[in-house]
Amino acid sequence: MKKVRKDAASALDGLLFDGMTIMSGGFGLCGIPENLITAIRDSGVKDLTVISNNAGVDGFGLGLLLETRQIKKMVSSYVGENKEFERQFLSGELELEFNPQGTLAERCRAGGAGIPGFYTKTGVGTVIAEGKEHKDFDGETYIMETGLVADLSIVKAWKGDEQGNLIYRKTARNFNPMMASAGKATVAEVEEIVPLGALDPDCIQTPGIFVQQIIQGEHEKRIEQRTVREREDA
Amino acid sequence: MPNSVKGWDRNDMARRAAQELEDGFYVNLGIGIPTLVANYIGEGIDVTLQSENGMLGMGPFPYDDEVDPDLINAGKQTITELRRTSYFSSADSFGMIRGGHIDLSVLGAMEVSEKGDLANWMIPGKMVKGMGGAMDLVAGVKRVVVVMDHASKKGDPKLLHECSLPLTGQQVVDMVITNLGVFEIDRGKGMKLIELAPDVTVDDVKAQTEADFDVAV
Repeated sequence: MKKVRKDAASALDGLLFDGMTIMSGGFGLCGIPENLITAIRDSGVKDLTVISNNAGVDGFGLGLLLETRQIKKMVSSYVGENKEFERQFLSGELELEFNPQGTLAERCRAGGAGIPGFYTKTGVGTVIAEGKEHKDFDGETYIMETGLVADLSIVKAWKGDEQGNLIYRKTARNFNPMMASAGKATVAEVEEIVPLGALDPDCIQTPGIFVQQIIQGEHEKRIEQRTVREREDA
Repeated sequence: MPNSVKGWDRNDMARRAAQELEDGFYVNLGIGIPTLVANYIGEGIDVTLQSENGMLGMGPFPYDDEVDPDLINAGKQTITELRRTSYFSSADSFGMIRGGHIDLSVLGAMEVSEKGDLANWMIPGKMVKGMGGAMDLVAGVKRVVVVMDHASKKGDPKLLHECSLPLTGQQVVDMVITNLGVFEIDRGKGMKLIELAPDVTVDDVKAQTEADFDVAV
């Protein structure tokens, strides 16, 4: 079975439907599937539930899908960088479910690993725990969180091969590996598709079993907070 | 008179927090004053900084020609790697946080209660940005140090009997460093003033504190 597609639109062909749930990898704008997000915008699919740690910024990343009102609900841990998000949320147009960041990561990991629920002490005694099962282990209280599975996961990796094996680069890995495993279908975009055998099998971070389609794309890699230091004169 | 007493500034508080770092510690620093703690790590103290977006061994900001969009910290700032650096997924990152492998976290707060409850993620009625990784950090890291102004800008106390804002964690704070001094908290039991900033008296502290505390200075 061939997994390589020529572009984002053809990779998503037949996978999109209104009301679907999409996981989108990345932390801030780092390691986000830029090409697939643009193609989802262009497809016009709507009423989406999007599971992503953040919601992009105005005019870039998932901010593109907010501008076009294609997102009905976000499941995120932090959404502070987006004026359009704030406007839609405060006006009631957009639903929002906050998850603690580690809980969100683990929910994706669990979903991909066939684990429907797990216990964590994160959020005990806070609004996050309201309505959730509490259970004591060794004298400490935990709450139950559920695994997450998406109709579609879109992820960004550094390099991949035609089998869908992926490696990531530096902190651009973040949520991508768990989300790749938790999609009923997963589409990966990479900076370079390399020949089979070019990736060291010991270093593959997402085995190709989790990836159904792969594309090579151009990446702007916008920086949210460019912070630098001055060189001291020698 | 609120805010009329002398005390520590931001850098002084960061310097004091840095004294809590021990050789060999793995440490997660929050955004704001906690980030400054990295500037005051003592000589001979070797610590590894964790960034919860998936990195151990965080280096300083890059020079202009080193900026790499694939290399950012949890505040989304560009940073650098060190020879000791490792990268991992968000699930592994929070596995080390939740699993109690990180020795110390330094973070900011809006309110802390005398039992160690912490509120630092939302003010009802205002736009809520989210808790990010704060709830996981306070639930999982071995020791949690809060650095914050002693009173709000309006002069209201931030060390309270009970937090009025929604909690980030219950009985999770071990130490609070403010511009007026240092408090130790025995989680779930109570707090103790253990150190005063220069020219600050116990009465100055009491005047700006709602929480009950023992005095051991």
